[in-house]
Amino acid sequence: MTTVFTILFDGVAYGMLLFVLACGLAVTLGLMNFVNLAHGAFAMAGGYVCAVLVNNQGWPFFAALPLAFFVSAAIGASLERILYRHLYTRSHLDQVLFSVGLVFMSVAMVDYIMGSSRIFIMVPSALEGQFDLFGVGIGRYRLMIVVICGLLTIALQLILSRTRFGSRLRAAVDDPRAAIGLGINVPQVFAFTFAFGCGLAGLGGALSAEILGLDPYFPLKFMIYFLIVVTVGGSSSITGPFLASLLLGIGDVAGKYYVPKMGPFVIYTIMIAILIWRPNGLFGRGAAR
Amino acid sequence: MFTPTMSRRAALTVAFGLAALLIEPARAQDTFKIGLIVPMTGGQASTGKQIDNAIKLYMQQKGDTVAGKKIEVILKDDGAVPDNTKRIAQELIVNDKVNVIAGFGITPAALAAAPLATQAKVPEIVMAAGTSIITERSPYIVRTSFTLAQSSTIIGDWAAKNGIKKVATLTSDYAPGNDALRFFKENFTAGGGTIVEEVKVPLQNPDFAPFLQRMKDSKPDAMFVFVPAGQGGNFMKQYAERGLDKSGIKVIGPGDVMDDDLLNNMGDAALGAVTAHLYSAAHPSQMNKDFVAAYKKAFNNRPGFMAVGGYDGIHLIYEALKKTGGKTDGDSLVAAMKGMKWESPRGPISIDPETRDIVQNIYIRKVEKVNGELYNVEFATFEAVKDSGKTKK
Repeated sequence: MTTVFTILFDGVAYGMLLFVLACGLAVTLGLMNFVNLAHGAFAMAGGYVCAVLVNNQGWPFFAALPLAFFVSAAIGASLERILYRHLYTRSHLDQVLFSVGLVFMSVAMVDYIMGSSRIFIMVPSALEGQFDLFGVGIGRYRLMIVVICGLLTIALQLILSRTRFGSRLRAAVDDPRAAIGLGINVPQVFAFTFAFGCGLAGLGGALSAEILGLDPYFPLKFMIYFLIVVTVGGSSSITGPFLASLLLGIGDVAGKYYVPKMGPFVIYTIMIAILIWRPNGLFGRGAAR
Repeated sequence: MFTPTMSRRAALTVAFGLAALLIEPARAQDTFKIGLIVPMTGGQASTGKQIDNAIKLYMQQKGDTVAGKKIEVILKDDGAVPDNTKRIAQELIVNDKVNVIAGFGITPAALAAAPLATQAKVPEIVMAAGTSIITERSPYIVRTSFTLAQSSTIIGDWAAKNGIKKVATLTSDYAPGNDALRFFKENFTAGGGTIVEEVKVPLQNPDFAPFLQRMKDSKPDAMFVFVPAGQGGNFMKQYAERGLDKSGIKVIGPGDVMDDDLLNNMGDAALGAVTAHLYSAAHPSQMNKDFVAAYKKAFNNRPGFMAVGGYDGIHLIYEALKKTGGKTDGDSLVAAMKGMKWESPRGPISIDPETRDIVQNIYIRKVEKVNGELYNVEFATFEAVKDSGKTKK
């Protein structure tokens, strides 16, 4: 019986991780209407920053995590200014081609600098192993992920709904022209949001290295997972991708545990079923964007 | 997701093709060309890099002239995609007129090139891929790596004889994984053991957690693991995270999971894992000590079994060329390779004259700490093991 809870817990941790990795994409895709397939590259950057700091420079793991966030955010911000903003008004196909190009460049670059083998981040020994909670096996590292990601989600939701920046962002998305007319600096709001999304991805990349492994092909391998989260969740809010991530995480882990022969298909089956039922995702805002 | 990959590869091919045109073809008479096709990018890249390193090291040590011929190695990256392998092999054979094709990181890649080797009568030296059927696919294929049957049958026997009764298996779901599982199961159950749980993991698997939980719940004495070289580190991390080491479930398997390349980064969870394999960097022969020292000095890394496959592969080519006295046609070369015996860093090996497959010692090893680093320390030897997985008897 307790196994059910262990599986549930693992699924939640995996889902939370997917959410932190993918929510930046939900923001760029849903709020800014920009198809950024290179999202995983920012996650990878964060992962490698954290790995280099912890493994080679001897930083403590928890000090390296915020830096993973800031470095990825900084890379995101500069790329947004230099490259991305020229493509906001272009067609989705152009955006896809452009960002896929970026993915390949990032893969080749990391392969060249860091080598192609999979690397791990040395986590503090306090985070290793499992402990028993009423007979349910709880992985310490996964528990940390649940805590960090849970707090982040709440913070994000509060920023979006309660702060002045949040309302500016929503205004800029709903009607950029009116927002500019009201004196909101829309490009700046977008740039900041983009950088923030990249930072979150970087943090997710650093957190996921322990569980998913980190190699130069990270952006390609997980692109599909990010896209599933965003399509299933619908890209118009934070709640949608969040619930979608949890659903996919739990579905994936439980599927692999209970029907290992079908394991890899479960996640796709869930996606297809949901998309047939609600083509715009769980929380889609209706067609014709 | 695949289309862009292909288009990039296509672009690379064009680039390679142009580069090949620009390079003046060397005088064919006195050069001997080896087309080395290995994955240098992608998930299997560590295989290609080890083989490439080992060959460079060998040529540095032994010089690049054999029987009056200058040896030239043309390195090509197939990214472990069989379609690429086939195309590259064709280009190498037709345009570059290579005398030998070599490398082949994964089984499908080795199989894709097999018909070309047969048609063009060019020897195909398999330095990595490990499925039994490979050498049956062309009379020009010679293998210097290993087969999974070799190590899996041995570990199956060993487990049954050493007090392990119940085993849960976790193997990657592709040809070598299925080979490993089949041969282990046959030998282990014949020795009186039972398989309590059998899980096949998708090849591109991000998270082992649910599968490991299943292993844990089935309460075996040991778990038999095969994952391709490169995934072992991730696997062992999660094995420890889930506390399987503390519940007394030992890891056994063919040695791929404990590849020397990654072993030292796996952490203490790997201690005590027992695997059967052809090579350990801790193999106590003088030749191996020299090999490891030279490899470490040149590439700042420990050689793994893939490096040894490459090192022996190039040695085989050198020796065959010496034996034919410089005759470079495929039939003479393959004939010269058959039955050849030599001392490799892994121990004494030979090429079976009937199957053209490698005959080698398989060692049972346990992960231990030596001078602060993790090594597979050999404690039992099964001598001159042939591949038992051939379909044609």
